[in-house]
This record gives sequence, structure tokens and C-alpha cells, in this order.
Amino acid sequence: MDRARRNTLKHGGGATLLAIAAAAGWLRPGAALAQAQAAGWNKAAFDTQNMADTMKALGGGEPAQSKDIVFFQTPDIAENGAVVPVGITSNIPKTESIAILIEKNPNMVAAVFDIPPGTDPTVSTRVKMGQSSNILALVKADGKYYVAAKDVKVTLGGCGG
Amino acid sequence: MADPMKIRANVVGDSTEVKVLMSHEMETGQRKDAQGKVIPAWFIQSVTATWNGKTVLAAQWGPAVSKNPFLSFKFKGGAKGDKVQIAWVDNRGDKRTDEVIIA
Repeated sequence: MDRARRNTLKHGGGATLLAIAAAAGWLRPGAALAQAQAAGWNKAAFDTQNMADTMKALGGGEPAQSKDIVFFQTPDIAENGAVVPVGITSNIPKTESIAILIEKNPNMVAAVFDIPPGTDPTVSTRVKMGQSSNILALVKADGKYYVAAKDVKVTLGGCGG
Repeated sequence: MADPMKIRANVVGDSTEVKVLMSHEMETGQRKDAQGKVIPAWFIQSVTATWNGKTVLAAQWGPAVSKNPFLSFKFKGGAKGDKVQIAWVDNRGDKRTDEVIIA
């Protein structure tokens, strides 16, 4: 896949959207191109393309590798990149949040889950993958970040194009 | 208005397991239509689950979550008959809230 082309596309499209978004906070749903923002949505984090930027946007330092983060329901080979099941359990005490990052997607961060006390540090969902890549589970526990990776091969990409 | 979510909440031991299937396009903003124009991004940005007025899960999503997103999680507590509420907001400001009774 041509990386430069994809980036150009993204930035080209993004600029227009941003311009509209500035004015569109109050637009009714369904209005063409309206780009409102949900309260508390960390736009900076979802725009990042590498690990260092992601950590900066999330406000953390270099994450430590951890064997206490377990993937479940996650395939080694995904037939359809548009629907890749990902389940993550953190066995680290005081887990505060779990993020799913996909290394080679145009934007790394797929989802961030805040885990309040009383909720099991286990989430499972389905994500899109543009190509074979590492899926990273980034766990914040007691103010520190931990990470674990799983390599998933994709036979059919899921980011269109 | 989007279609209703399918939610299931079951008591498992001392916890409640919640499974949600939302109905949403989750357009990435990376794809192009037949005319070569970029299809604007349209995806759920925030998901909140509440039980008895307490937030049991809050999530922020990017466009890399699959179309018609699936989500499952577990929280301590919850009894048969309690209500679990799931709410989402997408990047167009569209919202949907659904609730289910724990079985």
C-alpha cells in the first residue's frame, strides 16, 4: 500500500473537515460534513501516527513491556481486516484504562476504554486493520503505562481504498 | 436517528457481563466513492455505560473501530432487574441511548 499517497489523502480531506468543524459544533446531525466533537474526545490522541506522539497525547511516558496484559479472542490471522476481534485483559492491579492501538493503521489509536473501579479490566471489541500489523494493548495502571503487542496477519485489508 | 442498539446484560457470579451491538456506519474518512471524492468520516466518538447512575465504562473511539461496533465488558455488582444504560455520541453530534434490564 502506498503510504505517502494515503497520508496525502488523509491530510487533504482532514483540512476541509477541520475548517468546517470549527463552525459546526452546533449543527444538527445529518448536516453534510458536520464534524462535531463529542465531549471529552481526545482528538490529539486519535490523530497520532507513531508511538511517541501517542504517548505524548495521552500524557504518559515510555510504556513498560508487560506480560500481565493478555489478548483473548484475537486471531493470529484475520481473514477480513474490516472486522478483527480484539479482547484485552489486564492483570495489572489498579488498571485505569485500556487502549487498543494498531501499529500500521493511518492513525494508531483505535479505542481508549476508561475502567472505573469496580469494572473488570477486560474489554473486547472489533477493529479495522489496514494491513498486517502489531496490535498494541496500552494499559494505564496506577498512573503508569504498560504495553503488550500481538502480531496479527490480515489477508484482506479493512481501511478501504 | 440511528437504529437501536442490541444490548444483553447477564449476571455471571458476582459480576454483570454486558454485550452491546451498535448500529453505526463507522466511516473512516479514508475511503473514496465512485467519483473519487473522499467519503467524510462518520464514527462513534464516545460510549458511556451506566448502572444505577454510576459510570461503569467510558470509552473513546476512533474510526478504526469496526462498522456496527461490538463491545463487551464486565462490572462487579448488578442484580437481576437492574437497568444498564449505554449511550454513544458520534462525530456529527448524533446520539443514542438505550437501556436493558439485567437478566
